[in-house]
Amino acid sequence: MIVRISGEGQFKLPDEDAGRLNELDNRAVNAVEQGDETGFKELWSQMLEIVASDGNAVDGDELVESDVILPPRDITFDEARGEFTGDGLIPD
Amino acid sequence: MPGLAGRMSTVVKAKISRLLDRAEDPGETLDYGYQKQTELLQNVKKGIADVVTSKKRLQMQTQKLEQQVVKLDTQARQALAQGREDLARTALERKTLAQTEMQSLDTQIKELEAQQEQLTANEQRLRQKIEQFRTKKEVIKAQYSAAEAQVRISEAANGVGEEMADLGLAMQRAEDKTETMRARASAVEELEKAGAFDDITALGSGGDDIDRQLAELTSGAQVDDELSKMKAELGTGGGDAPALEQGEEEKA
Repeated sequence: MIVRISGEGQFKLPDEDAGRLNELDNRAVNAVEQGDETGFKELWSQMLEIVASDGNAVDGDELVESDVILPPRDITFDEARGEFTGDGLIPD
Repeated sequence: MPGLAGRMSTVVKAKISRLLDRAEDPGETLDYGYQKQTELLQNVKKGIADVVTSKKRLQMQTQKLEQQVVKLDTQARQALAQGREDLARTALERKTLAQTEMQSLDTQIKELEAQQEQLTANEQRLRQKIEQFRTKKEVIKAQYSAAEAQVRISEAANGVGEEMADLGLAMQRAEDKTETMRARASAVEELEKAGAFDDITALGSGGDDIDRQLAELTSGAQVDDELSKMKAELGTGGGDAPALEQGEEEKA
């Protein structure tokens, strides 16, 4: 699977990681909904860690669409909260 | 995927379709892509210039604050040596505020530097992808049947589109951040204008009001702490305390 970290580029990950990423993502959403900033940060860094440890940067000449696009690495809790309140990370 | 990734993907995909919509033939996307790229690159250059300007402004403020910290520290000592604990406290409050501001400015300068690097890297990546797309399109056309070429070119175009969309997002985010920092720089300038970092020798009639605000802004505990440290240091020294320049004369 191809994962993009917004602002950083794309990474190739084993397909098995999809489930783990998905689970962490769901838990991160829960943490945000409950206003649990520490929990969110922890989960978010775990997600980044999966990309860092399992991922290989996609070559500059490859033109592929990502299966998953993650927000920028330095996303703040407030920005993440905006994501779910409909404000969005980047308003249109 | 719902959640962070899902939301992010939706935003990016929406931008891609907006970027690529107008091209009926995916091959045409290249021409359109070039045009869009030129626009993006101009924006990126402007964005980077903005980042640099904001950074310089914050760096100048940091230098100014640094000088004030040294000055206020000296004055606090002089005031204390003369038994003017009230003046020493005021000087220390101002010093604490100046230090807090300095720390926050430093953090922001670092953030701006990271942003500058990121934008530059993104821009280079996009250039490379666009170039790749140009080459690939011709190869695909030569190797595949028309129908299949169409599909493959379309896939490649989506790859480029995603890169462009993402750079666009990074730009917007950089602009938002630079805006916040500009507001921050203005806030520090306001404090400066109000005299929050002035020498205590410059304490005028407006002093009371500034002091009240200072007391609210600074942590009392930290000031108390520093005051008692200073007292301990001076307690053993005694005698040779220099006179508080200027301040006393003005009061006389």
